[in-house]
Amino acid sequence: MATLLQVKGLKTQFFTQDGIVSAVNGISYELNEGETLGIVGESGCGKSVSVLSLMRLIPSPPGRIVGGEGWFQGRDLLKMDNEEIRSVRGNKIAMIFQDPMTSLNPVLTINQQVSEALELHLGMDKKQSRKRSIELLELVQIPDAADRMDDYPHQFSGGMRQRVMIAMGLSCNPQLLIADEPTTALDVTIQAQIIELVKQLKDEIGMAVIWITHDMGVIAGLADRVNVMYAGYIIESADVKDLYADPRHPYTLGLLGSLPRLDAGPKEKLTPIEGLPPDLIDMDPGCPFAPRCKYAFDRCLEEMPPLETVARRHIAACWVDVTGGKR
Amino acid sequence: MGRYIVRRLLWMIPMLFIVSVITFAFAHAVPGGPFNREKPLPAEIIANLEKYYGLDQPVWKQYVDWFGGIVTRLDFGPVYSSRSRRVNDIFADHLPVSAQLGILATLIAVGIGMPLGILAALKQNTFWDYLGMAGAIFGVSVPNIVLGPLMILIFALTLGWLPVAGWGTPAQMIMPALALGTGSAAVIARLTRASMLQVIREDYIRTARAKGLGERIVMVRHALKNALIPVATILGPMFAALITGTFIVELIFAIPGMGKYFITSITNRDYPVVMGAFMVWAVALILANIAVDITYAFLDPRIRFD
Repeated sequence: MATLLQVKGLKTQFFTQDGIVSAVNGISYELNEGETLGIVGESGCGKSVSVLSLMRLIPSPPGRIVGGEGWFQGRDLLKMDNEEIRSVRGNKIAMIFQDPMTSLNPVLTINQQVSEALELHLGMDKKQSRKRSIELLELVQIPDAADRMDDYPHQFSGGMRQRVMIAMGLSCNPQLLIADEPTTALDVTIQAQIIELVKQLKDEIGMAVIWITHDMGVIAGLADRVNVMYAGYIIESADVKDLYADPRHPYTLGLLGSLPRLDAGPKEKLTPIEGLPPDLIDMDPGCPFAPRCKYAFDRCLEEMPPLETVARRHIAACWVDVTGGKR
Repeated sequence: MGRYIVRRLLWMIPMLFIVSVITFAFAHAVPGGPFNREKPLPAEIIANLEKYYGLDQPVWKQYVDWFGGIVTRLDFGPVYSSRSRRVNDIFADHLPVSAQLGILATLIAVGIGMPLGILAALKQNTFWDYLGMAGAIFGVSVPNIVLGPLMILIFALTLGWLPVAGWGTPAQMIMPALALGTGSAAVIARLTRASMLQVIREDYIRTARAKGLGERIVMVRHALKNALIPVATILGPMFAALITGTFIVELIFAIPGMGKYFITSITNRDYPVVMGAFMVWAVALILANIAVDITYAFLDPRIRFD
């Protein structure tokens, strides 16, 4: 399969009054056409910033992409001028966001909001874009789509709004859909519906998906490959089956250990990861996870381990071999 | 919507009743009477005058006569300082002038303030932002009483572009309207900027950008309508205050408006004029606020009446 997106050494920092926040610290990965990549990690680990950087949607100032490349269909997203990146956004690469309650404009109708990308990128007139918007709302299974076109976002429930967001994202048949925690703000049954919907649409349209979440369970059912991020680094990356069956980084072990399991005994406790993620201002030279890691030894505090191949299509950044370690 | 407006208009009746009671009470609480002069009038003359204007009646009777006159005949009563004129004549002469000045000042305030605020927000932390906000601070802090003479000095006396004072020709209206509108323009500019800056951090603005929309469309279609809601809120009272007369600007530019007359009437304890002016301002304020509430419905679909 052909490579759709190749990220090399992406580095994004925020220049704040308290100092330089290193949000993304030189991450690299590839994504094939039609593939689904999960990016997992806890809040503030740089998941969102890494994809917003590719879309060039980092608020600047204070944010700035200080290095790296993001090759998409033979062009570097990070080197494009404003005009070029705008022609990609919403067109070749679409994005849906975490909170559907705040991500739609409250004062514009659904028709206005879904239609505008169609008019902009595909040059449709008002009538065509309206017709296509109705089809899109039907595609994302909004009941009575035609009658609801002139409603406003506040007349929709959270799940329905996220469907509208997805319809907006899909409007120009993107090659890549970036979903930034799209189910986090929804309750569990709606989550399942949205995930099912995206899976189904992905098969129909054949687009690639980057799905950002902190929910390991969501990723298991959805992704082909998974990047685990911590403190702005990718610390492990593998095919989804391998990651769950054979995690090679203490942090991934910890994440999996803190998941509730159906096959666990009644008295079995969840193992949380102790401590907090590091402050991203003035980070210490060693592995950022070392202070929380039960495997850590001297070297971990002094030197950041490089990402190394540990198995087929499986890389991890750790000085210790944690194969078969307790979750 | 129609029912809502009717309901709001009906609510004016109790509100104006309360305003009239308070106004009447305050006016009559002011020490001294309308016929106290530096050189006192003979007691018999004062008694005669008071009898003539009904001021010898019990206070509640005076109130009923006054408010009854307004409600039944739209008659705001006599003017103590002039036998031949009544308050309605004063209003007919002076209110249109003040309203004209106030409308022009409001147009200037909105016309300068809003674009300035938007520009400052779009160019946040750049030269243009600092320049615009420095101008706004100047506008807020320099009072009319300084700005008016300053403008006369520059534009009338030094450059000779505009007439020094007076009212009637468009050229005569420019300086007073500017002097009166500048402060409000500054307030609007600062509020618009703050509101825009808040809105452009909203998630839906990021969504709009993620669609690939150009910055102009993002600002005009997605940000502006949301940002104008707080601005509309202050426009109501601002407009009501500007059109009902402003003492200082009218005095500086020798404009025969309501503001000047109002202040002289207070010092003369000319009760009916003072109370009448208050009532007019109250009506203007209530109507302006109703207009603002109706504007909300157009700006924000989440706001629905009835």
